[in-house]
Amino acid sequence: MTTANVYQQRPTTEAKAESPLFHADLKSLIGKGRSNPGVVLREKKLLGHLTIRGNGHDPAFAAGVHKALGMELPGALALVSSGDSSIQWLGPDEWLLIVPTGEEFAVEQKLREALAGLHIAVVNVSGGQSLLELTGPKVREVLMKSTSYDVHPNNFPVGKAIGTVFAKSQLVIRRTGEETWELVIRRSFADYWWLWLQDASAEYGLSVAA
Amino acid sequence: MLHIFCPHCGELRSEEEFHVSGQAHIPRPLDPAACTDEEWGDYMFFRDNPRGLHHELWIHAAGCRQYFNTTRDTVTYEILETYPIGTQPQFVNPAPAIRKGDQV
Repeated sequence: MTTANVYQQRPTTEAKAESPLFHADLKSLIGKGRSNPGVVLREKKLLGHLTIRGNGHDPAFAAGVHKALGMELPGALALVSSGDSSIQWLGPDEWLLIVPTGEEFAVEQKLREALAGLHIAVVNVSGGQSLLELTGPKVREVLMKSTSYDVHPNNFPVGKAIGTVFAKSQLVIRRTGEETWELVIRRSFADYWWLWLQDASAEYGLSVAA
Repeated sequence: MLHIFCPHCGELRSEEEFHVSGQAHIPRPLDPAACTDEEWGDYMFFRDNPRGLHHELWIHAAGCRQYFNTTRDTVTYEILETYPIGTQPQFVNPAPAIRKGDQV
């Protein structure tokens, strides 16, 4: 183990947790709107987000990550998923791991054990960012309105993840399925994205899913 | 809008994802305390302003958030190459670009 101070950051008591879009009360919107929506939005809230930094060229680092997570360390612009967990490339020495709610503490310990002795960093950023999932036949149109990045399937296959300019801010776009995309957003921008996505998808019909 | 090749992401991205961070290949003096005021002033404040090829530091701010170098033509704004920090450019100015009639 490293000497880093690793501790359970998620309250294990009955403390109330509010997602970044708590104030929007998405629950009350479920099932409303058009019957055949072009875009379905789902807030994947309060998941465990960890950034992992290390030398991607070091086989020991890649092997350690694989040992701890059971997922291969992805190369440039790639996203690897296994069950409800996923790891994506953010930069040449930086990856983002997203695990189901509550698993981040155990995973961080496992990672630190597997990467002991290497020059690495694992940081729990769960409180700072969030995940929005967009599904539907018109999601690509909404993305095309919002970003200058080419989201055509030829350039953006399933399993690609990129950081780019989106609307008037920045976020990470991940394609997880033929018609399914995820946006990794900053917590403090959540309201802006929610308002933007409502406006951008209004003409196609927006629905909220649980 | 320009498309700039990010050597880390390995693809062309739109210019709005990037920021320029000034001239590249400026080595910090190894022993700052031993510099004269003039040497330190040159290092801190004085930059080239060539007509022609210029080597610049850029950051892919909205993407991988990494710095890299470019070779840009200050006359045409054409970016001839981008290359990782620590490597040398392929394209360099052939000679001091002083032409007839230039104010030197």
